[in-house]
Amino acid sequence: MLHNLNTLDDKSHLFYNFSHLTLPLIYITLIYFKLNMNTSRRKFIKVGALGIGSAMVATSAINVFGSNKNANKFIAKSIPVNLKRTATYCEVCFWKCAAWVHSDGDSHIQKIIGNDDDPHCNGRLCPRGTGGVGMYNDEDRLKTPLIRTTINGEETFREASWDEALDLIANKFKGIKEKYGAEALGLLKHGCPGWHFEHLFKSYGSDTIAEPAFAQCRGPRETAFSLTFGSWVGSPEPTDIRDTKCLVLIGSHIGENMHNTQVQEMSEAIDNGATIITVDPRFSTAASKSKHWLAIKPATDIALLLAWMNVLIEEGLYDKAYVEKYALGFDELKEHVHQFTPEWAYGITTIKPEVIRKTAREMAHAAPAVIIHPGRHVVWYGDDTQRERAIAILNGLLGSWGRRGGFYFKEKISIPNFPHPAYPHPKWDWKDIGENYPLAQMGLTNEIIRSSIPSENPKYPVKAWMVAGTNLIKSIPDTKQLEAAIDALEFMVVIDTMPMDITGYADVILPECTYLERADIVRSATNREPSIAVRFPAVKPKYKTKPGAWIAREIGIRLGLKDYYQYDDFNEVIDWQLKELGTSREEMEKIGVKKYPRKSGPMYLNEDEVHEFGTASGKIEFYSQELKDLGFDPLPKYTPHPEPPQGFYRLNYGRSPMHTFSRTSNNPNLTDLKDENNLWVNPKVARIVGLKTGQRVWLSNQDDIISTFSIKVRITERVRWDSVYLVHGFGNDNKKLSRSYGKGIDDTQMISKIFVDPIMGGTGMRGNFVKILIENPHKAIEV
Amino acid sequence: MEEELFSSGRNIPHIDPTLEVWHWPISIYLFLGGLAAGLLFFAGAVTILDKEKEYPTAVKYASIISPVALSLGLLALVYDLTHPLYTWQLYTTIRLESPMSWGAWVLLIVTPLSFLWVISYFSEIFPKWKLRLGILKKLESFTKKNRKKMAYALIPLSIILGVYTGILLSAFNARPLWNNAILGPLFLTSGLSTGAATILLLAKTHKEKNLFSRIDLVLIVIELGLIVHMLMGMYAGSEVQLEAMQLLVGGEFTLMFFGFVIILGLLVPAILELTEILGYKVPVSIPAILILIGGLVLRFVMVEAGQITRYLY
Amino acid sequence: MRYAMVIDTLKCVGCSDCVVACQTENDVPIGYCRDWITETVNGTYPNVDLEFKSERCNHCDNPPCVRCCPTGASHVVEGGIVLVTSNECIGCGACIESCPYDARYQHPDGYVDKCTFCHHRLEKGQLPACVEVCPTKCMYFGDLDNPNSEVSKLLKNRKHKTLAPEAGTKPHIFYLI
Ligand SMILES: Nc1nc2c(c(=O)[nH]1)N[C@H]1C(S)=C(S)[C@@H](COP(=O)(O)OP(=O)(O)OC[C@H]3O[C@@H](n4cnc5c(=O)[nH]c(N)nc54)[C@H](O)[C@@H]3O)O[C@H]1N2
Ligand SMILES: Nc1nc2c(c(=O)[nH]1)N[C@H]1C(S)=C(S)[C@@H](COP(=O)(O)OP(=O)(O)OC[C@H]3O[C@@H](n4cnc5c(=O)[nH]c(N)nc54)[C@H](O)[C@@H]3O)O[C@H]1N2
Ligand code: SF4
Ligand code: SF4
Ligand code: SF4
Ligand code: SF4
Ligand code: SF4
Ligand SMILES: [Mo]
Repeated sequence: MLHNLNTLDDKSHLFYNFSHLTLPLIYITLIYFKLNMNTSRRKFIKVGALGIGSAMVATSAINVFGSNKNANKFIAKSIPVNLKRTATYCEVCFWKCAAWVHSDGDSHIQKIIGNDDDPHCNGRLCPRGTGGVGMYNDEDRLKTPLIRTTINGEETFREASWDEALDLIANKFKGIKEKYGAEALGLLKHGCPGWHFEHLFKSYGSDTIAEPAFAQCRGPRETAFSLTFGSWVGSPEPTDIRDTKCLVLIGSHIGENMHNTQVQEMSEAIDNGATIITVDPRFSTAASKSKHWLAIKPATDIALLLAWMNVLIEEGLYDKAYVEKYALGFDELKEHVHQFTPEWAYGITTIKPEVIRKTAREMAHAAPAVIIHPGRHVVWYGDDTQRERAIAILNGLLGSWGRRGGFYFKEKISIPNFPHPAYPHPKWDWKDIGENYPLAQMGLTNEIIRSSIPSENPKYPVKAWMVAGTNLIKSIPDTKQLEAAIDALEFMVVIDTMPMDITGYADVILPECTYLERADIVRSATNREPSIAVRFPAVKPKYKTKPGAWIAREIGIRLGLKDYYQYDDFNEVIDWQLKELGTSREEMEKIGVKKYPRKSGPMYLNEDEVHEFGTASGKIEFYSQELKDLGFDPLPKYTPHPEPPQGFYRLNYGRSPMHTFSRTSNNPNLTDLKDENNLWVNPKVARIVGLKTGQRVWLSNQDDIISTFSIKVRITERVRWDSVYLVHGFGNDNKKLSRSYGKGIDDTQMISKIFVDPIMGGTGMRGNFVKILIENPHKAIEV
Repeated sequence: MEEELFSSGRNIPHIDPTLEVWHWPISIYLFLGGLAAGLLFFAGAVTILDKEKEYPTAVKYASIISPVALSLGLLALVYDLTHPLYTWQLYTTIRLESPMSWGAWVLLIVTPLSFLWVISYFSEIFPKWKLRLGILKKLESFTKKNRKKMAYALIPLSIILGVYTGILLSAFNARPLWNNAILGPLFLTSGLSTGAATILLLAKTHKEKNLFSRIDLVLIVIELGLIVHMLMGMYAGSEVQLEAMQLLVGGEFTLMFFGFVIILGLLVPAILELTEILGYKVPVSIPAILILIGGLVLRFVMVEAGQITRYLY
Repeated sequence: MRYAMVIDTLKCVGCSDCVVACQTENDVPIGYCRDWITETVNGTYPNVDLEFKSERCNHCDNPPCVRCCPTGASHVVEGGIVLVTSNECIGCGACIESCPYDARYQHPDGYVDKCTFCHHRLEKGQLPACVEVCPTKCMYFGDLDNPNSEVSKLLKNRKHKTLAPEAGTKPHIFYLI
């Protein structure tokens, strides 16, 4: 700067000739500014105080920080004061965090804040929960019942009254029951609304029920952990992350997967200096927090897991006492993994042998406070139950099940059922439909879908669907089969809050109000300590929307199921349940969450006793006789999976922390954070294909399916050169979704090939390959 | 590879992807302010040197433009405010550290003064219009009497005004393109130059034309020197300043900057004026208009390019 | 008293909860934000580095935005908090131009707005909304003048940085690295 002032001096003689009067003035001005540029803050306040306009008023003490000096008051713009707090639990994902809704009680919601006493959230919601206000405010919501009709030869929806829509549904259901039996009515559901319609269906005689949370999500791990430990992992996972010394994530991308407690506890583990090991072909957020990131070649995890077992056993690092005491089939396991050396795995996984050894030793060093995380969305390559078995066995070798810092024994409180007559016995149910997959633990969506296609000659034909709270078009792979099934249905009703893709296929659409506008069942979930949480309406239902509980009962009454609905208002059920649980509406309105003492015993194994596991043998089954008897491998094996052919890339997908699948894709608050997904491409690929960040491209897959929409490229080193990555849930194809229509690509559309897990029927979705199209493939067609 | 992105959708109007809080009215405002400063400066200087008779355009005819320019400039400024109903808040406080405040006050003083100046010459400029109102007549004779005093006030005020148009930008540390001490003198010089060009354009006598051609030539030389120096300074500066300079010398503003400001706005008029001074016949209106256009484009380029430059992202 | 925010980049997952929480707490209109997240990726696969930063007004000790404000709408209050009084602001944009962090924006109602360190919450003895919501608890808030505060201790014991220190504004958001 000074240098610049000198410059002026050099030239000043010219200036001077012309107007000698002014030079000093220029200098004074410049020097004045120079000085002022450096004024300090404190000095500034003094100067500022001279200003007529600066109003400063002393205020009350601030005491959070152990200091009670006065602060100056900011003349804040009005932040509404007369807000009330309503207890709820979040429905933006299935973690169901308890929260407080701050609203005027009528039609304005200010904010949603986590309930401090809730073990799911500890007072802190995740971004989606905080942004839940947008679910209520979204002006694109379903507003009134709609019925499919034909106007001028074109199919369309017309508005209908609730009575008309409900009568129509009841008539259709009765017709189906008469013609095919109630079993031919299928319920595909997810989340809270599911509960109400499950009761309706069971009362009516159908147990043809499934949700995408099994065969498209957790199925393999629940089957594998049941086989091994005799217990589901369940939700929330009983992973003792906060106390762990070593957390191993096999493609479980906590931090992007925002399941709240997991994220919170992982952060605690970082504070406690725990070692994090992440196995992921993509540099996930979790990988960036890890001491070891194992950039594994996709689809080869089982090889790594076997090699880890090999090291633990060969080096004698496993928990000998624990294995001795609790495990069955160690010798078979030892013999089995003997051949699977780190050197062997290196050739498959591309993870260096010394890294495999080092990480195995670190796990053993931390054991039993170690968690090989089972993951959650684990339907990848069709051998997923076996991969999960390997994970379970590894945990068994390390002695982490039932140990502090490993897996705790979870507990929940059971909510008594409001009295009703016993459900009729259906002639066949979800188990029968899924009979090809003997170890399915829940209904298989894909099998109900297949059973709805007459040309498949299903043994248990399904003729009509009710879809509640699941956007099947996005959540079920192989759209062709899904569309074939929907096409063949005699009737389909969709209950949703938003005009999501699936609603476009319905005969009747019923608009449910959002979770913020309704009461629902009392939440009870497994955790360290049992707890319950309530959901009461914070504001009145907007538009002509209704709560799921009301809708289910209205249909039930119309189907002649009065006995199953011995109440006028669902609030009576809640009040009754709360009373049975030793509390009341009044109390729960004040506290939102109530904890109960554990009754099932300690959280961890009592080392003085011999614990009985829930397996047939009462032991941890390394070797599974049950699998063997069913004709499956009793010990996990690595099988190679196809690799992308020349010019194709493996389609990898996952979560964005700001969104839940497709359900938030039009949420005004959350689209404000992220309004479309991007195609992550490695710079090497970008060079070959000729891509720039921000460029729009289309995808086509191995079956020549072309994406409807385009996606913006993100060139990043966070992804491998043999894969591309995108966040699931985008690319909505309904123009009514004003913020999300046509934004990004829907991964599900590209997943036309599924690798079904023969053990439990999960739909492996990670074996699809895509080509990147630079030219708009739809242009030619449009013209 | 290094990659930096906003992972939550920051896309704020007028701020992302590039700052665009100040639009064309600010450029116009700065240009008009500089022009008025130049005009008032010359009117004052000629008066103090007692040369009113020889240079009537400078003191009389051209100075009608300054109150108009100042009023339009102020209008442009207020037009660009997003909370204009509160404009009066500017005059509830004097904040010496804020060029904006300082400029507002200078304008508050200079603008009436420029009107008074015109009033003092009212009968001479508009011989056909008779001032009817008694007060106005009194005002005219009062201002006439005090013209010299006004001239003495105008010299420093017009310089402050001229410098201010540059300081307004250069005070912003956060915009690497603006953050250099040359901008004040540069804008002052450019303002004086546009003032001289306007006088040149309106002047009738050869003598007046000749003087202002010369003055302009000197100002152009200074301005070129300042520009070279500014670029050199940025060239030697930090990475962000280098990037800022790139906008002018090898980026989207290069054509505007080199074509309109340096070549058409400075070099060509300088050559034309030189030929004219050397005695060749050149219509002076050509260099004068080029200078005015160059001055305007300079403000546009600096205001717009400056906002693109930043420290982060 | 000197308030500061300390953010642990080793824990931040870039989830943007702090951004939504601020939006709902402070009525920040959709399409605007007082805080935001940046993601920086360095290296070559598989040797990659990733950093998320939650950014907002730095409540600078040497705030150019306050100096350049012609009306005094931008001012500093006790604790070093930089605030804007909306009904004194004319929307001239000078403060926006002056901020090296682009931390301010023009509210659709005309005045300029930015992070207030949730001054209205501090008065009630509450933490800023963003700090209170953060699921990873990677944000800390407190008084730097108090050597026993969490923020003072963290800055004493951990490696940290500020953004664009070369701008000379003496920012008061610190990032643990
Ligand atoms: N390609 C691909 N497919 C996947 C996955 C993937 O990652 N990629 N993930 C799989 C996994 S892990 C899962 S769990 C499933 C999830 O699958 P879904 O549960 O189907 O996913 P969402 O997108 O959340 O769809 C929920 C639907 O419920 C609606 N909804 C939201 N709130 C309410 C409410 O209160 N009432 C009613 N009636 N409706 C409501 C939403 O508008 C939306 O239409 O998807 C699976 N499918
Ligand atoms: N924000 C947010 N959080 C959510 C959800 C949401 O919608 N949004 N949904 C929730 C639900 S229902 C579920 S089920 C969970 C799912 O969450 P997770 O179980 O954590 O997720 P996945 O989709 O299985 O895993 C995605 C990761 O697997 C990696 N991956 C891909 N292929 C392979 C491979 O061959 N080997 C290995 N080791 N890794 C691989 C991907 O690179 C990616 O990082 O998230 C839950 N949390
Ligand atoms: S994890 Fe987030 S979205 Fe899921 S329930 Fe909790 S707050 Fe809601
Ligand atoms: S809420 Fe916390 S973890 Fe999430 S982005 Fe903000 S600072 Fe990072
Ligand atoms: S960050 Fe920007 S707005 Fe905040 S105090 Fe510093 S300069 Fe001012
Ligand atoms: S926009 Fe408002 S706060 Fe900013 S400098 Fe102008 S008057 Fe001050
Ligand atoms: S401190 Fe308050 S105003 Fe500032 S970013 Fe956080 S929530 Fe927003
Ligand atoms: Mo899931």
